[in-house]
Amino acid sequence: MSWSWIPRHLDDIWDLTLSHLWLTLLPTLIGLVIAVPLGTLAAYLPKVKQIIVGGFGMLYTIPSLALFVLLPGIIGTKILDPVNIVVALTIYTVALLVRVIADGLLSVPPVTLQAATGMGLGLRQRFFKVQLPLALPPLISGLRVVVVSNVSIVTVAATIGISQLGSLFTMGFTRRSFIPIVAGLGACLILALVLDLLIATIGRRLTPWVRAAG
Amino acid sequence: MIGRVFAWLTDPANWQGSDGIAAQLGYHLLYTAIALAVALVIGFPLGVYIGHTGKGQTVLMGLANAARALPTLGLLILLVLLLAPVIKSNLAFTAPGLFVLVLLAIPPIISGTASGIGAIDRGTIDAARGMGCSEWRIILAVEIPCGVPLIFSGIRSGLLQIVSTATVAAYVSLNGLGRFILDGRATNNYPQIAGGAVLITVLAIGLELTFAGLQRLATSPGLLHQAA
Repeated sequence: MSWSWIPRHLDDIWDLTLSHLWLTLLPTLIGLVIAVPLGTLAAYLPKVKQIIVGGFGMLYTIPSLALFVLLPGIIGTKILDPVNIVVALTIYTVALLVRVIADGLLSVPPVTLQAATGMGLGLRQRFFKVQLPLALPPLISGLRVVVVSNVSIVTVAATIGISQLGSLFTMGFTRRSFIPIVAGLGACLILALVLDLLIATIGRRLTPWVRAAG
Repeated sequence: MIGRVFAWLTDPANWQGSDGIAAQLGYHLLYTAIALAVALVIGFPLGVYIGHTGKGQTVLMGLANAARALPTLGLLILLVLLLAPVIKSNLAFTAPGLFVLVLLAIPPIISGTASGIGAIDRGTIDAARGMGCSEWRIILAVEIPCGVPLIFSGIRSGLLQIVSTATVAAYVSLNGLGRFILDGRATNNYPQIAGGAVLITVLAIGLELTFAGLQRLATSPGLLHQAA
């Protein structure tokens, strides 16, 4: 296999990149949607926080390959179903974000909340217009960590036959050639970088006051 | 289905032999212990140095981020292909596997140790210095004990990374509990796949709880009191 293998297979690499993108982005977004209400609950109820953070912490401990193959037995999917990967990564995403969101909401100083109340905001308005926005910077950094590590974890699914950029690694192993592996590593790093920058940019747009204050 | 997985797990025949559960569990623990020990020997002093002097923080953050983005499976296979022709023995698969396990555990150990020590109130350290402590005494008697919670969280995430990657390393013919998942996948034997996954889960959670217990033992009673 020579280096020209890469330009000749750009179409295939692109298809694998798109599958990889879906398998990364979908669980990240679903996980975020689940983690915000759970994290809010955890921030206000310390007992619930122990259960949620502790429970998801245990789930986070399960190695990815084990979780990928355990899920079919639990949710009744086929072992090759990409849904297993999405569910597993959603669990990891929630586990990381719940704590970040709870701590972020609690880190908003009480005086700030009192000021909001003093200006006539109700509890609901105070939460959505003051407390949640002020918790965004740690949430954005947490989300960046999550998306980058998800790109990497997805590749493990190639060992059980689910196709994405990790398939380039297993192909390299079976054909004893490091060229597809280098292509896969490069594509993964670029994908991680692009998603990281995307979230950082959205985060900056959503929190204009951070730069103004700095 | 659960019954068949349970039957696989409790069949004594599956536990015996050179590739039985007991042997593979032993391999998994052995690889984990070696990799964690080597990663600690390299990572812990570096973390202490960075935390104590405050030098190299930015380089460290960059390295930790890059390590997170690098797919472990790709790194593992690449190293096996590159090193296998060089090492002419059955170590050809084990050595690169262990190397990757060590490599992945070092960044969390360094950054946990460095941030544990870096986060200590400067006043505490100045007080120790004012009382005439030498730099070594400050490191050993003040900084490391005060940094225990974050140091341990770094070690625990390194450990998790090792256990998880040692599972995947079965793909490059390394022994360990991951064998049951991948060999079961090849022969379409779901009870074996799920049984292996259950064993790995129990091992990972067991090690995590053990280290959480060790952390409690290593934390100075004075600090535990303060937190409560």
